[in-house]
Amino acid sequence: MKVRQLSVFLENRKGRLCEVCSLLGDNGINIRALTVAETETFGVLRIVVDNPDKAAQTLKDNKITANITNVVAVEVKDQPGGLAGILKVVADNDINVEYMYGFVEKSSDNALMVFRFEDPERAVQILAENRIRAVGEQDIAGL
Amino acid sequence: MEVLFWNKELETLPRPKLEKMQFQRLQKTVDQALKTHFYQRRLGKAGITSGKDICCLKDLQKVPFTNKDDLRKNFPFGMLAVDFEQVVRLHSSSGTTGIPTVIYLTQEDLNRWTDLVARSVVATGCTKKDVFQNMMTYGLFTGGLGLHYGAERVGMTVIPIGGGNTQRQVHVMKDFKTTTVHITPSYLLHIHSKLSEYNMDIDELHLKRAFLGAEPYSENTRLKLEELYGIDAFNSYGLSEMNGPGVAFECIYKQDMHVWEDAYIVEIIDPVTGEVLEDGAKGEVVFTILTRDAMPLLRYRTRDLAFLHPEVCSCGRTHRRLSRILGRTDDMLIINGVNVFPSQIEEVIMSIPEVGTNYQIQIDKAGALDRLTVKVEIYAKMFTGEASALDALKVRIMEKLRASITINPRIELHEPGVLPAFEGKAKRVVDTREAL
Repeated sequence: MKVRQLSVFLENRKGRLCEVCSLLGDNGINIRALTVAETETFGVLRIVVDNPDKAAQTLKDNKITANITNVVAVEVKDQPGGLAGILKVVADNDINVEYMYGFVEKSSDNALMVFRFEDPERAVQILAENRIRAVGEQDIAGL
Repeated sequence: MEVLFWNKELETLPRPKLEKMQFQRLQKTVDQALKTHFYQRRLGKAGITSGKDICCLKDLQKVPFTNKDDLRKNFPFGMLAVDFEQVVRLHSSSGTTGIPTVIYLTQEDLNRWTDLVARSVVATGCTKKDVFQNMMTYGLFTGGLGLHYGAERVGMTVIPIGGGNTQRQVHVMKDFKTTTVHITPSYLLHIHSKLSEYNMDIDELHLKRAFLGAEPYSENTRLKLEELYGIDAFNSYGLSEMNGPGVAFECIYKQDMHVWEDAYIVEIIDPVTGEVLEDGAKGEVVFTILTRDAMPLLRYRTRDLAFLHPEVCSCGRTHRRLSRILGRTDDMLIINGVNVFPSQIEEVIMSIPEVGTNYQIQIDKAGALDRLTVKVEIYAKMFTGEASALDALKVRIMEKLRASITINPRIELHEPGVLPAFEGKAKRVVDTREAL
């Protein structure tokens, strides 16, 4: 099960991240997870939101350069060794992780990790075989 | 490809006949010039007191150069060679220094200029069936009116819309099925970036060709425009001192611009020594206009750098071709002692598909050293979401630029629409170094 992540190009300008986040907020879009890949002169904001279609349209309408990438969101037990267990499955099966980031669910004992895999289809399949549950967009919208 | 002519006899005149015509017209032009105080003094010092002192075309080299400063110093009437009441048109340029220059035309002069422009547009394949949207500024600037009259003479449907108001431009293009535009390359790039905003698809336009001019641009910019619009883009050359557009124009082969040599004598000189160079050698372009009674100009130094092709063009025209303008003797940047022309930077940027159509060159000081920063906008459709791809893009731009200009620029990636856009001549170089 894949989740759509929005990648937003941000030039290095004071207040730009705030502008983008405010825009999403003003349009009632809730950011569930986020990370920023930064370099000296620009950044790429990666977000998982409750309503990716609306978010993509909002960004487009405001001429913000963005792109949709498929990522996999996985529930991880919020306890020592929780993440390591999943990464072991990933490593043992030679699945390449391009990047990952995480956040904690309010309503359960689980944390949620967002993975960008080189081959998301295969990754989801192998995770499922190992009883690791990938959550869907509906789950995220309902958090 | 069908080669069209406006005046086939003149355009294909064998070189010996063409040169004989130039010589006869040159003698007359010198006589006409001698009616002004300016040329009486200037030519007198060189021992020329009559057109008869010019015995062959090569004698033109005895004539001293005229430059922009002469035009400024003799503003407004010092170079007028006819009674003012004979003048039917004037064009004036304010110039960056604030001291204006002016050019005068009699009715006959205007007629001859219009004919050269008509010849130019027909050379690109235009006929009276074409619809011509003239997006150049009208008024004192020669670009708008010059093409306007020439296209009308051919019988094209002329839309005198002028520059600016992009949304209206696009709607007019669609409504009247415009086939041909006259425009600065930066504005044509800008219009393309706006099409999606106006919900306009490129297929809704009927554009076949564009006449590009009024600012320097690279071959890659031309190719990019041709690809974006699916058109033929023609280079053109003109300057107000030589009437304006229609001095040199590309034919359908698009292998550089035929200079209308029955009306202009073109020379390429070494900008430092003034020595006349052979065909093929790059140098400063110098023009003598042979068909303007109101204001003759002899050996006018354009400050544009280019070269002449000695080879004959496939179209059959005998008039030599001038290369695109490779730079200006006065826009060259010196960065840490290295000579850099903005056109070199543009050439590289336009060859990279991931960047958009707008860019800016910034030079400032970092300590004692000059620092070159090239700002480009990324092309939204090429954004993959990966930061590493953008980093690789920056490195690629930097390495390509270093290979071209030998110095290491900083590259800044910007969001589309952030860098200043231009609806006329683009100003892309920002030099904040203090003048010495």
